[in-house]
Amino acid sequence: MIENLTIKDVVQGIKRKEFSVKEVFESYLKRAKDKNKELNSFISFNENIKDLPEQGSLLGVPFSVKDSILVKGMPCTCASKMLENYQAVYNATCIERLKRQGALILGKTNLDEFSMGSSSEHSIFGRVKNPHDLERVAGGTSGGSAVSVFSDQSVFSLGADTGGSIRQPASFCGVVGLKPTYGAVSRYGLVAHASSLDQIGPLCKNVDDAEIVFDIIKGRDEKDSTSIDLKEETFPLTETKVGVPKEYFSEGLEKGVKEVIEKVLKKAEEQGVKIQEVSLPHSKYALPCYYIISTSEASANLARFDGIRYGLSIKGKDLWDGYFKTKGEGFGDEVKRRIMLGSFCLSSGYYDAYYLKAQKVRTLIKDDFEEVFKKVDFIFGPVSPFPAFKAGERLDDPLKMYLADIYTVSLNLAGLPGISVPVGKTNNLPVGLQIISSPFSEKRIFKAAKLIESIC
Amino acid sequence: MISKKEVEHIANLAKLELGKKEVEKMQGEMNQILEYVEMLNQVDASKIAPTSHSVPLENVYREDNPEKDKSEMLNQAPETEKDFIKVKGVL
Repeated sequence: MIENLTIKDVVQGIKRKEFSVKEVFESYLKRAKDKNKELNSFISFNENIKDLPEQGSLLGVPFSVKDSILVKGMPCTCASKMLENYQAVYNATCIERLKRQGALILGKTNLDEFSMGSSSEHSIFGRVKNPHDLERVAGGTSGGSAVSVFSDQSVFSLGADTGGSIRQPASFCGVVGLKPTYGAVSRYGLVAHASSLDQIGPLCKNVDDAEIVFDIIKGRDEKDSTSIDLKEETFPLTETKVGVPKEYFSEGLEKGVKEVIEKVLKKAEEQGVKIQEVSLPHSKYALPCYYIISTSEASANLARFDGIRYGLSIKGKDLWDGYFKTKGEGFGDEVKRRIMLGSFCLSSGYYDAYYLKAQKVRTLIKDDFEEVFKKVDFIFGPVSPFPAFKAGERLDDPLKMYLADIYTVSLNLAGLPGISVPVGKTNNLPVGLQIISSPFSEKRIFKAAKLIESIC
Repeated sequence: MISKKEVEHIANLAKLELGKKEVEKMQGEMNQILEYVEMLNQVDASKIAPTSHSVPLENVYREDNPEKDKSEMLNQAPETEKDFIKVKGVL
């Protein structure tokens, strides 16, 4: 049977001629389609593969792609009416690199509209369902990607993380999700949400796979001026020092999640990991800071959707009127809310009090982490204060929804890498541990994540 | 607190059409969120330098050569004429 395969399983199976590239692809495509009726994790499928790859380190590995990353010739909807009929005219750099290694795209996964949300409910294609409990959300915004990996609709998936959009759905669905250091992976071909925060990263069945994908997609790309080549570092994991921020364990953290995290910390200690309490004093300001900066950047990025060059276009009585109508019709409620909030924070008279102030607080949040990383190698903590919640529960209250990202947004503000590793369950719902380290130390993070994986 | 008039002003800046009911709902939600982000007032950051990017940026230069197929791009446009995208009169 061709199922429950990791990247290594596929690569080895093809090498040993246990199955062919075509057989793996067709088997995964069929399963992805069958399960999609129930889970709604995919928006579109790659129906006509013309040329099968013949070589590469990922030969024949079928994967899914968040529908905010461009794949030439395939739709890229961002789950929005604005791009419902848009076809990508080029490949994102990460897609080019994976295709070059022989990996095959199965389809594009469902998400919150323009990657704005925390539950994958804000989609014109309907919400993504959590395979652990269909009444619950998958997390967001890369919810479809997380579900596709957990449900074996794909071997791995590419997502993108602006404030937790890879790590939080990974935690809610019980898969591994990496948000790389800002600049580690090219953003070329990713539909921009907030350009100083966005990063593309893998969602996988285990840490090994996440490392394999990261190694292929990482590195300098001349099409993204913020991308950087990573230096290889070797790092012994004998004397691992881990900091646990006391602020991450205060009010708001659900008891069940806390218990799972504390249990894994204890197990890690038994393995010789030195754990100490640390403080990130500006933690509570991360969420308000994030919402000012991300909405400000989003309001500028989304200005491009004007109905002139591509996407939805609604005729007005003049050019000006057409802009208003196209945006009013094309964007959903959450996107409109963020465009409004961002435009307000950047507007004359409010810029200093909101946007500039948030940028200054961003410096303090970054400094907090730098201080802590002088003392420890890693920070361990929860990914989200609660497990997957019921669909609709937070939909009418934007602030309540935003709380789902309270432990993840600070990494985007500081540009740090973080991984979510499944470490247990509360009430039968998965809980992820977040492992954070200093910029460009992904290799270190993989080592620590593998240790955690082995003891859970 | 921002007024309904301010909401309409911001929507105008963003070139976003909002219905009457949307303006009302938006006003309530924006005020709720703005009240929450007021939390930042507790922080004295007067002497702190702002961070716009977590990684220091440098200018990167390259030749500006077209490399993509123009017709594919134009195919995505709602209205074209010859090699151009057609829009309503600006003036």
